[in-house]
Amino acid sequence: MSDDSKRAEHWRRTKSLMFVTLTIWFIFSFVIHWFADALNSITFAGWPLGFYMAAQGSEIVFVVTLFWFARAQHKIDSECGFAEEE
Amino acid sequence: MFKKYAGGAFIENLPKIYGMYTGGFLVFVLLMAILEQMGVGADTIGILFVAFTIAIYAGIGVLSRTMAVDAYYVAGRSVPAVFNGMATAADWMSGASFVAMAGGIYFGGHGYLAFVVGWTGGYILVATLMAPYLRKFGCYTVPDFIGTRYGGNLPRFLGVIVLAVASFTYVTAQINATGTIAARALQIPFEVGVWFGLLGILLCSMLGGMRAVTWTQVAQYIVLIIAYLVPVFWMSNKQGFGLIPQFVYGDAVQRITELEVLHGLGTLDPVEGAKGGLRALSVPFVDAHTDALAAWKFVTLVACMMLGTASLPHILMRYFTTPSVKAARQSVCWSLLFIFLLYFTAPALATFTKLQVLDPNLATGIIGKPIETVMALEWIQKWAAVDFLQIIDGNADGILQLNEFFMRGDIVVLATPEIAGLPYVISGLVAAGGMAAAMSTADGLLLAIANALSHDLYYKIIDPEAETKKRLLVARVLLLGIGAAGAFVASLKLTSILGAVAWAFDFACSGLFFPIVLGIWWKRANRQGAIAGMAGGFIAGTWYLYMVRFAGMDPWIGIDHLRFGIIGMPVSLVLMVVVSLMTAPPDEETQKMVDEIRVPRGETVLGASH
Repeated sequence: MSDDSKRAEHWRRTKSLMFVTLTIWFIFSFVIHWFADALNSITFAGWPLGFYMAAQGSEIVFVVTLFWFARAQHKIDSECGFAEEE
Repeated sequence: MFKKYAGGAFIENLPKIYGMYTGGFLVFVLLMAILEQMGVGADTIGILFVAFTIAIYAGIGVLSRTMAVDAYYVAGRSVPAVFNGMATAADWMSGASFVAMAGGIYFGGHGYLAFVVGWTGGYILVATLMAPYLRKFGCYTVPDFIGTRYGGNLPRFLGVIVLAVASFTYVTAQINATGTIAARALQIPFEVGVWFGLLGILLCSMLGGMRAVTWTQVAQYIVLIIAYLVPVFWMSNKQGFGLIPQFVYGDAVQRITELEVLHGLGTLDPVEGAKGGLRALSVPFVDAHTDALAAWKFVTLVACMMLGTASLPHILMRYFTTPSVKAARQSVCWSLLFIFLLYFTAPALATFTKLQVLDPNLATGIIGKPIETVMALEWIQKWAAVDFLQIIDGNADGILQLNEFFMRGDIVVLATPEIAGLPYVISGLVAAGGMAAAMSTADGLLLAIANALSHDLYYKIIDPEAETKKRLLVARVLLLGIGAAGAFVASLKLTSILGAVAWAFDFACSGLFFPIVLGIWWKRANRQGAIAGMAGGFIAGTWYLYMVRFAGMDPWIGIDHLRFGIIGMPVSLVLMVVVSLMTAPPDEETQKMVDEIRVPRGETVLGASH
C-alpha cells in the first residue's frame, strides 16, 4: 500500500471511530437527560433512574467509553503503521 | 531530585517518590490527630495543615526550577500519562468543584447535576477531537497552534485575547477561594489572605514554569482527593449509611423526597430577612424537568460546560507535556478517571448531608426540632458566628421549619465533619484539600495566560529575535504581573465564585472551540474563516452576556448568563464555515501540515524548541 492510501485508510477509520464515540457521548450527555422525567418513574437500585444517570450513570459511561476509545484508536494507528515507535 | 527530568531516573522513580509523599502526608495527618488528642487547639491544627502543605508545594516548585524553554513551557515533554492525568485533574478541579459543588447539588438537586455531567463528558471531546492532534503539532500554547495553522499574527492575537479573558475570569475566582481558605485557617483578614494565597501560587510556578506546576499539581491532587474522600467514607460508616457510600445512596435519595413532603417543601416560602448569600431549601431534590424548558436548560448548560472544557487552554496545554501522542490520549482517560472519583462522590455527600439535616429520626436532624435545642449545637453556633448559616423563627413557634433555616452552600463540604461529629483533624484536612484545589487551578490558569502573552504576543509577534534568557524572564515578569492583577480583582470581591467559573467556559467555547476543532478536522478552514469565527463568536457571546446580566434584557428561551456560549458557538461556527468557503483555500503547505498532525508517527510539526 502506498503512503497516501495508507493515510486515507487511517483517516477513514479514525473518523468513523470518532463518530461512534461521539454518538455514545451525545446520547449520554443530552438524549438521556432530556427524558429524565420519564426515566425517574423507573427505580434503579433504589435511585430514580433519571437522577441516577445525571449523578453517576453518564459519568461511568464516559470513563469506560474513553478507555475503550484510546485502545481502539491505538489499534487503528498500529494496523495502519502510524503508531509511534516505543 | 526534581532537577533531573528527561527520561532519567526521576521519571522512573515517580511512583516511588509520590508513594512516599502520600505515605508522608498520611503520617502527618496521624500526627495531627495525635496532637488533637493531646489537647492542641483546633486553630493550631488548621494553621499547621495549611502551612505544611503549602510549604511542600513551594519546595517542589523551587526544586523544579529551570532555564530551558521546553522545560518551562511543556515540562520537557516527559510527563507519563498517569501522572499527567493526576496533574490535569488537579488543574481542572477548582475551589468551586471542591468547596461549592456538593453544596450546589444540596440546594439545586437534579438541575445542578448538569455541572457534574458537563464537567466530565467534555473530556470525550478533548480525547477524540483535540489533545492527540495538538500534541503531534508540538505547540507550546493554544494560540501557538492557531497562529501556525492559520498563519499570520491576527489569528494568533485573537487566540491570545480569548484565552486571556476566559482564563482571567476563572483565575480571580480561584485566588478568591485561596484567600477565603487562608483567611479562615490562618485567621488573617480576607484581603491579606488573598495575597498570601498568591504568594503560594507563585512559589509553585515562577521558577519552574510548566515543569514545576506539573509536579506540584500531582502533589496537590493527592492531597485534595484524600481530603475529599476520607471525610465522606468516615461519615458514611459512622452514620451507618454503608461502606462505600457512592453506591448505596439511592434509598437516601428517595427518603429525602419523602422528608421534603413531610417538611412542606414548596408550600412554605423562605421567610424574609436572611443575610446575603444564605439560602433556604426551596427546590425538590429529585426535580426532574417536567417541562421542555427545564430540560432545555439542563442540556444547554451541559453543552456549554462540555464544549468549554474542550476549549480551555489551561487544560489543553497539559496534554502538550506527554512524551508521545499515544500518551496524550491515554492521559485524557486517566484525567477523567481521577476527576470522576471526586465528581461521583459529590452527589453522595450532598445526599447524606441533606438526610442528616432533614431526618428527624437521626440524631443530627435539626428540621422540626425546637430552635433552642438546635442553637445549642456547636457547629450551628460556630458557622452562624461567621455568617455561614442563620435561623429565623418566622412564625415564632419555637420550632425550626425548613423555610426558617438558611445556609451557604459551601457549608456542605466544610462543615460535614462537624455535623457528623468527626474529630477536628478532619476539618483541617478539608481546609488543606480546598487550598490544594484552588491553588492548583490558579497555577495552571496563570501559567496559561503568562505563557500565551510571553510566547505568542511577546516572542512571536513583538520580538522574534529575543534570546532564551530574555524570553523566560519576560514570562516570569508577566506571571507576577497577572497574578498581582488577579489578586487585586479578587480582593474587590466583585463576583460570586460560581458565576465567574461558568463564564470562563462560555468565553472559551464561544471563541476557541470551532477554530481549534476545524483547524484539525477540516482542511478547508482558512485564515479569514478563523478570524471571523473567533472574533464573531467571542463578540456575540460577550454582547449577550452583557445584555442579560447587566443591561436587563430578558433571556431568550431560558438562555441566561451561565449559558451564553449557546449564543456564541453557533455564530462562531457559521461565520467560520461561510467565510472560509467564500475565500481561497489554505495553501499546499498548510494542508500538508494538517495531514501530518493526523498521524501519530513522526516528528512534531513545530520543532522541540521554537
